[in-house]
Amino acid sequence: MNKKTSILHSNFLYTIIAILIGFIIGAIFLVWAGVSPMEAYFKILDSVISKPKNIITTLAYAAPVILTGLSVAFSFRTGVFNIGAEGQFVVGTLAAALIGIFVDVPAVIHIPLCIIAAAAAGALWSLVCGVMKVKRGIHEVLSFIMFNWIAYYLSNYVVNIEGVKKESGGEATKDLLDSARLIVDGNNCAIFIAVVLAVITWVIIEKTTLGYKLKAVGFNKFSAQYAGIDSGKSILTALAISGALAGIGGAVQVMGMGGRVAQFASQEGYGFEGITVALIGASNPLGVIFAGIFYGAMKFGGSKLTMIHAPSEIINIIMGCVVIFIAIAHVFKALFLSIGKKKEAN
Amino acid sequence: MDMLITNLGILINAALIATPPLLFAALGSCFSERSGVVNIGIEGMMTIGAVTGAITALTTGNGLLAFLCGGLAGALFGLIHAIVCVSLHADQTIAGTAINFIGPGIAVFLCRILYNSSDTPAIDASAKLPKLFDGMFKSGSFAYNVFSVYIMAYLVFVVAWICWFVFYKTRFGTHLRACGEHPEACESLGIDVYKVRYICVILSGFLAGLGGAFVTLATVSQFRPTVIVGQGFIAIAAVIFGKFSPEGALKGCLIFGICNGVKSLATQSNIISVNIISMIPYVVTIIALIAFVGRANAPAANGKPYIKSR
Amino acid sequence: MEKMSHMDPNTVVVEMKEIVKRFGNFTANDHINLKVHKGEVHAILGENGAGKSTLMNVLYGLYKPTEGDIYINGEKTDIHSPKHAIELGIGMVHQHFMLIQPFTVTDNIILGVEPRKGIVVDKKLARQKVLEISEKYGMAVDPDAKIEDISVGMQQRVEILKVLYRGADTLILDEPTASLTPQEIDELMEIIKNLTADGKSIILITHKLKEIKACADNCTIIRLGKYIDTVKVGEVTENDLAAMMVGRNVNFKVEKKEQEAGKLALSIKDLHAKDYRGVEILKGLSLDVHEGEIVGLAGVDGNGQTELVEILTGLKKAESGEITMAGTDIFNKTPKETFEAGVSSIPADRQKHGLVLEFSVADNLILQHFEEAPFSKNGILSKKAIADNASQLVEKYDIRPPHCENRPAKTLSGGNQQKVIIAREVTNDKELLIAVNPTRGLDVGAIEFVHKYIVEQRNKGRAILLVSFELDEIMSLSDRIEVIFDGQITGSVSGKDANEKELGFLMAGGKNHE
Repeated sequence: MNKKTSILHSNFLYTIIAILIGFIIGAIFLVWAGVSPMEAYFKILDSVISKPKNIITTLAYAAPVILTGLSVAFSFRTGVFNIGAEGQFVVGTLAAALIGIFVDVPAVIHIPLCIIAAAAAGALWSLVCGVMKVKRGIHEVLSFIMFNWIAYYLSNYVVNIEGVKKESGGEATKDLLDSARLIVDGNNCAIFIAVVLAVITWVIIEKTTLGYKLKAVGFNKFSAQYAGIDSGKSILTALAISGALAGIGGAVQVMGMGGRVAQFASQEGYGFEGITVALIGASNPLGVIFAGIFYGAMKFGGSKLTMIHAPSEIINIIMGCVVIFIAIAHVFKALFLSIGKKKEAN
Repeated sequence: MDMLITNLGILINAALIATPPLLFAALGSCFSERSGVVNIGIEGMMTIGAVTGAITALTTGNGLLAFLCGGLAGALFGLIHAIVCVSLHADQTIAGTAINFIGPGIAVFLCRILYNSSDTPAIDASAKLPKLFDGMFKSGSFAYNVFSVYIMAYLVFVVAWICWFVFYKTRFGTHLRACGEHPEACESLGIDVYKVRYICVILSGFLAGLGGAFVTLATVSQFRPTVIVGQGFIAIAAVIFGKFSPEGALKGCLIFGICNGVKSLATQSNIISVNIISMIPYVVTIIALIAFVGRANAPAANGKPYIKSR
Repeated sequence: MEKMSHMDPNTVVVEMKEIVKRFGNFTANDHINLKVHKGEVHAILGENGAGKSTLMNVLYGLYKPTEGDIYINGEKTDIHSPKHAIELGIGMVHQHFMLIQPFTVTDNIILGVEPRKGIVVDKKLARQKVLEISEKYGMAVDPDAKIEDISVGMQQRVEILKVLYRGADTLILDEPTASLTPQEIDELMEIIKNLTADGKSIILITHKLKEIKACADNCTIIRLGKYIDTVKVGEVTENDLAAMMVGRNVNFKVEKKEQEAGKLALSIKDLHAKDYRGVEILKGLSLDVHEGEIVGLAGVDGNGQTELVEILTGLKKAESGEITMAGTDIFNKTPKETFEAGVSSIPADRQKHGLVLEFSVADNLILQHFEEAPFSKNGILSKKAIADNASQLVEKYDIRPPHCENRPAKTLSGGNQQKVIIAREVTNDKELLIAVNPTRGLDVGAIEFVHKYIVEQRNKGRAILLVSFELDEIMSLSDRIEVIFDGQITGSVSGKDANEKELGFLMAGGKNHE
């Protein structure tokens, strides 16, 4: 295979093409809204990279979606579909917040403690659905959807409990203690946790016997069983890890950005954004880092679009289109390869 | 006794208002899933139906026309899903996820360019869906609560029956169920799998769109970005709960609807936190699943792109 | 079996002339000719992958031929879809049944051509018509049973009825006996006779010579996509046909040295188990397998073989009984425990149970050993050890294409996928090897390869339990044949003395008259 055809075979190319098409379709909508696409896209870019402070904020936006993206990517690679990352994220937020508010220990202990609590909460939330799947054959998509909502109302309930609720003003919890915040010199450093976990996830999937086992069960449960792998246990392990990652996503959100948990008016969408991030990152943990940063940049930059009177929803439209064109990347691949072949023949 | 009847009235009323959006969407989902196309984009299709319904009502003042337009807008998204999944063999979950971003994105986008806000203005009562026996009963009475709800809240049950009839009694229903089980067999018997799936996916969008439009044209009286959030997924849950059949989906949606009635009653009594009460439908679903339903066997070819040979 | 021809040599119903079908660079059919007469049984003989199915898919309108013409009843016709083929009176019974599992027999037969009353499907009329046709050709079916609940033989009758319901005059039967018992095969031959007596023509795709001799008038041989010849079946021998099919002389006999069985390896006593519906399927089965012998388990599908193998490999729990492997208790143990006790297996469904198709060949070769040295250490995989192991086995077992270690297993042909499994299981070097339908769907070359390795294992002193629906395979490999019927061993025959008639009798529930 020569270099040119190997580029045509690489999935990366088609992700880039999908992103480009997403921006083109976004541009059409912007023109419809009476906004110059160039101006809007420049605004997004400018808000992200103009100041170091903004780059840091972008990365702060990226950290939680990288983690939910990892959660979903891990589930895709191990043959389950974690559509419940949303709920696991929420209970993770809650667990981290409660530990962050009520346990007063030095930061070196406090931060890991919050993260472990969030991971445990997320893992547990996911495991309950896993056990129902393995023991009773209940469709995980269904139970995940239910658990997303239970988490949502649970969080709203806890937020409003006397003693947890902030004393004055607003329906939110008290602030986390400073020792539980992921803030160094006023800068959010959640991204480091996200990147480290991405690398660890990559190692687990690609290099370990655990990853081998989980993938084998994910691809073909029956063969794995035949070969002596306990498929039920593997599915539960995979779901626990996936849930823990989403839970940690919730932790870094509240420990970094929020500082407290506010009452939700509607689902936050981090879990669903995680699906998009996982797809753009081709379910590869390292790809997810870049996909998450891209998403973070779009979210942060998009929020500045109102300054030029452009609807910030354009971001959702663009991201949705990107996902659609990733879904049909094989069509482009076949097209390009056949063109490539014809050229070679001539 | 009077108290009991009044409360029962409130419960039925709340159930009659909460069930239709879910049931429309769930029936749509049955068509798509049973023909072999996973459609988790129901949520996005509902949202686009909701906004289109609201905008049409605001511009034309005709509630029924608005309702229909909501369905058509949903159908358009169904068409997109069909093109991507059926003709281009995309991963159906991925495509549905995309629809869930694009639908709400476009919905709010439209509000912004039309109304310069993320919400539409409130819809006048005359431009909403008509009510049954409008004005015949005293507001707040049992009869009013039970018999004077929006016409579509009753019609949706007729629609559910029609879906059941189509599924099990007609040729098309047989073909669509067969396509979801064994598309190669269908193709070998001269059934056009693509055509059947296109019709089903577009129909699923149409019905989801109607469900969304019901929300803005009956329940809420305006479009806000949060009017749908989650209902599409609950409809999907109801379908899985009902083992992918219209009659089962009806049961699933009624559980949610009735729990919603219980919720509105309990909220009035103000004893327990509203957040705890709000969990009821989800917890009940889970318990019902564990206790009675168990394994939901999806159609054999569900989610697998069918590629024509030739 | 007595043979009687109903062929009318003056009426050609289907004629295919110089058919070429290419897929990209690959030529599946290279100028093939076929002429079928009214009332004729015309066999198409060729190895797996020779292009038989492609040719029939062209005739059935599923593929468009690259070159060549098709004449139906003397008229040149461009068959553009299965629907069109059906209209032209051509019906196809696929090797892999095209049946909707949760539908009833009637629903399946009428699918696509449902009679209607208003907008409602007229199930009553449909049921009646189905019964009429099934009686006319002597094909008993239960019109109200669901496909998932009926036997393979009845499923096939449903397939044939489906075609007849549509008024087909020419029936294509693609490997119709692949999963039938000897009795069911006899019944099928009877059905074929009834059909031809009624003026129907049959195109029989097969690689089984015996069946061709039993019922076909003419036989067209295809090899590697090329037309070899059309012969009158009455004028050739089985060996002639085999030589034309393979292109060389074939040795059907498996070379096997005389050998005394050694000490007891696997012992099963009074095993009881239920199937997935909770119905008792194994009813006190007892069976011993010794070292150095091949025990063939003959039986009709559905008499408990599947469950027995699942129990032996730890996939399924039995109700009661005793199972020991070389003295170790393996009753109701996990797959891992039974494996460690010395049970290895070649599963019936290699794609479902034998391989992880998305994994590379190298990864598939360590499926039971990835947690052991040298393939991993402290939970970290050793890519080098895995690659070395793979390149060694790929070469030793001639798994093709050469150097396919890093290819996903799904890109390999069926025969080579089976070689991957055999390489793995034989390397495991366990005391017992359970082989379930080890040659299903493989071509002659691959079958020879598989048989050679099984015999080699036996010669090395391993115990072999061969479970197969191919009676020929059981008879040519086994030292001892045990017949399973209705969850019990109902007869035992020495491999040397076995004959098909007696086995067929036992498999149908007859008792040994010793």
